[in-house]
Amino acid sequence: MSDPIVTIIWAAIIAIGIAAYVVMDGFDLGIGILFPHLNVGPERDMAMNSIAPVWDGNETWLVLGGGGLLAAFPLAYAVILPALYAPLIAMLLGLIFRGVAFEFRWRDPGHRRFWDFGFFAGSLIATLAQGITLGALLQGIEVQDRAYAGGWWDWLTPFSLLCGAGLVVGYRLLGACWLVMKTTGTLHVKARRFAKWLTPFTLFMIGAVSLATPYVEEQYFTRWFEWPGLAVTIPMPLLVLGAAYMLWRDLESGYDYRPFVWALGLFLLSMIGLGISMWPDVVPGSISIYEAAAPRESQIFMLVGAVILVPVILGYTAWAYWVFRGKVDETGYH
Amino acid sequence: MAETELALLLARMQFAFTVSFHFIFPSFTIGLASYLAVLEGLWLKTGNDVYLRLFKYWLKIFSLVFGMGVVSGIVMSYQFGTNWAIFSDRAGPIIGPLMAYEVLTAFFLEAGFLGVMMFGMDKVGKKLHFTATVMVAIGTAISAFWILSVNSWMQTPTGFTTNEVGQYVVDGGWWDVVFNPSFPYRLVHTVIAAYLTTALVVGGVGAWHLLKGRDLPGVKKMFSMAMWMAAIVAPIQIFAGDMHGLNTLEHQPMKIAAMEGHFESYERAAPLILFGIPDSEEEEVHYQVAIPGLGSLILRHDIDAGLDGLDTVAREDRPPVGIVFWSFRIMVGLGFLMAGLGLLSLLARWRGKLYDWRWLHRFALAMSPAGFVAVIAGWITTEVGRQPWVVYGHMRTSEAVSAIDAPAVGTSLLAFVVIYFAVFGAGTLYILKLMSKPPAHSDSELGDMPVRAAGITPAAGLELEDGNPSPDQEEGAT
Ligand code: HDD
Ligand code: HEM
Ligand code: HEM
Repeated sequence: MSDPIVTIIWAAIIAIGIAAYVVMDGFDLGIGILFPHLNVGPERDMAMNSIAPVWDGNETWLVLGGGGLLAAFPLAYAVILPALYAPLIAMLLGLIFRGVAFEFRWRDPGHRRFWDFGFFAGSLIATLAQGITLGALLQGIEVQDRAYAGGWWDWLTPFSLLCGAGLVVGYRLLGACWLVMKTTGTLHVKARRFAKWLTPFTLFMIGAVSLATPYVEEQYFTRWFEWPGLAVTIPMPLLVLGAAYMLWRDLESGYDYRPFVWALGLFLLSMIGLGISMWPDVVPGSISIYEAAAPRESQIFMLVGAVILVPVILGYTAWAYWVFRGKVDETGYH
Repeated sequence: MAETELALLLARMQFAFTVSFHFIFPSFTIGLASYLAVLEGLWLKTGNDVYLRLFKYWLKIFSLVFGMGVVSGIVMSYQFGTNWAIFSDRAGPIIGPLMAYEVLTAFFLEAGFLGVMMFGMDKVGKKLHFTATVMVAIGTAISAFWILSVNSWMQTPTGFTTNEVGQYVVDGGWWDVVFNPSFPYRLVHTVIAAYLTTALVVGGVGAWHLLKGRDLPGVKKMFSMAMWMAAIVAPIQIFAGDMHGLNTLEHQPMKIAAMEGHFESYERAAPLILFGIPDSEEEEVHYQVAIPGLGSLILRHDIDAGLDGLDTVAREDRPPVGIVFWSFRIMVGLGFLMAGLGLLSLLARWRGKLYDWRWLHRFALAMSPAGFVAVIAGWITTEVGRQPWVVYGHMRTSEAVSAIDAPAVGTSLLAFVVIYFAVFGAGTLYILKLMSKPPAHSDSELGDMPVRAAGITPAAGLELEDGNPSPDQEEGAT
């Protein structure tokens, strides 16, 4: 038997884990997608160095998301992963290229361009795949007898592609704002210009996905446009617009740190919106978190560990960011 | 072949391929992380720069291997869901929490301190840096702890019941799940395997440079350290493997029967089949070379004891014999060769010829990949020997697979094969390239260091020499 309270706590932990992944690996992947725009040489090196010490930790949140889902909501894991087979495999393959590029590009100057391209393409594919995964999940998955019952192309729809494109734009924005914060010189100037461009684009994408969402599934429509959903529906666009305006203004006025914070804010708002659409389902329209929940014993066993360990993890992760605080200088960490 | 059977076969191939590739990296990083911690510790304690240079040398290699371990590991944690959905749903409540603990206690620890270990020497000071190195090493060991607990539970499941929807649920406490009967043996045997694998690689690199006449202090030091490791640990591994086998005999007797090629039961005095060609159709081992009674002596510690063979269970419950029989012999054979290398090195050391006996160096060089081969062979023995079960005695592999179409699995398998060979092949080349240079041997090279273009290379905070050896060094080397 599962326990509703513990189940809700676990849903929250996994949601926070995924949110942490999205923003943290979001800026890493965004930098990867921006890579072709950066000049070969110091610009690329500096961009890479700004994330080299932290990317692995950032990616670990993805492992927590997957592992946590398996542990706390095994049924959801068993249904969602086969349904999203192709995009997930593409994501994993993309992450391989992205991950090895950090090392390989330094080890083989002769093929540095190739690994730089791998870094870009891997980041792009992983991002697209994550966006598509989200879209395909939102539009619903066919389930029968505790198992996925659709085909292996069901995920591919205009809506899922829209979500994929939206995430690419969003991650680029995060990446550009990270570079504004962490770098100097021509790269810094360039990143600020990119971020300015990307702000309206991101806004547009958030708008497009938000408007399309209520039409892919009946239940989102009622959720957003009937009371009490309206209480969120009305202020939400204002908050998003406000954050985007602040982001743009701080970019204009030459702030280094603040734009990144506002970009995080935009992501956070989008994810809250997402949560409102999905709650309390884990596979929208077919499986609720209560149905998917692992037995109480499993959830409690893990909860004990999570309560103790997550603060510790946050502590040393923060310390690692602190060690590498400030601008990355031209010569790297010397 | 029916469509679903094909999908099952492809899914199995995909799992075996990706996990075998993945495991190559941990079996090196677990040992290397500890080795790095030892080197840095010795440097802090003695102040001898040889240790520091060795540390920097192996750190570069470590960061490459570790990167490949991470990306191939992420594939694994998603593959349970994509390819083994039924298994995930039913076994998730048991294995899920253990793997979540692995993420919380091991992966974050490794990843969190890795950045400081690789780039932070100048930022945090020696003591804190050493702490980071130790944390990474501890992280790899904790990772081995949890994932091997999961795997062992699948081999010897205990402490659970089945609930109304068919899921396995803990019953009798998590202790029984985590410390299931085969786990302690498997943990010890695998961690030792990782240490041995690392020792053989380090020793092989040392031997290579000795053979090239580069008997620099760093080269000697690493060769000597590696040979101590092989001499001490290889015999322990043989002992641990024997204990492991006895435990397996108790819990998975059919796996042992397959390993030994015992198609038939023996009332008394089972032989030890050294070699032969197992034939599952005919149920016999052709051309066998066997020593009467030795099988009973090893497995029962009594030459007259009887032993059950594969004929005690129905055909559909038997593991494939050929693969298990051979992979086991490869592992054991290599184990004895490793112990032999260790012994020879002791002899050489005793004679004061450790750095002079060229055939010892050649032997060490030839053995440098042996750890990887033994590790993979060992895992194949373990996993194939578990067949046809995925959760031994409770869930068949054929019941565990996702309902995905064969073309989907086939395409992804192809993509994995192509990309793994290309990417990890390139990585292996880069590692060999790094290994082909000896560790730096004097600080004067610092002066010769070409001014590097902007940017850190991994481990740059610690770097003494650039990727390209200075002419000076080449000279000293030959
Ligand atoms: C005996 C040890 C051992 C075994 C049997 C396995 N692994 Fe592994 N794994 C490690 C020891 C390890 C490690 C030493 O801890 C690694 C290697 C490099 C690294 O980053 O950590 C690792 C990395 C690693 C990562 C990346 C962690 C990160 O982001 O830092 C994941 C997700 C997995 N593994 C998952 C698995 C799965 C699902 C396995 C089984 C099918 C598995 N590993 C077998
Ligand atoms: C890294 C170490 C591991 C290696 C090298 C390894 C190796 C293998 C191999 C070679 C097979 C194929 C067996 C066959 O098809 O006959 C296999 C199957 C399998 N293993 Fe492992 N394994 C490892 C760890 C694990 C762990 C930790 C788990 C579970 C959490 C696991 C779960 C499975 C499953 C579900 C299969 C299903 C396919 C099958 O049994 O054929 N393995 N493994
Ligand atoms: C000659 C001595 C050795 C003996 C008698 C031995 C025995 C065994 C046995 C019986 C198993 C199967 C356990 C099961 O039932 O699942 C096993 C597995 C394994 N062996 Fe060995 N082994 C020896 C040497 C080695 C060496 C030298 C290595 C690597 C360097 C190694 C690495 C492994 C690994 C990685 C596994 C799979 C994990 C496990 O089940 O522990 N073994 N060994």
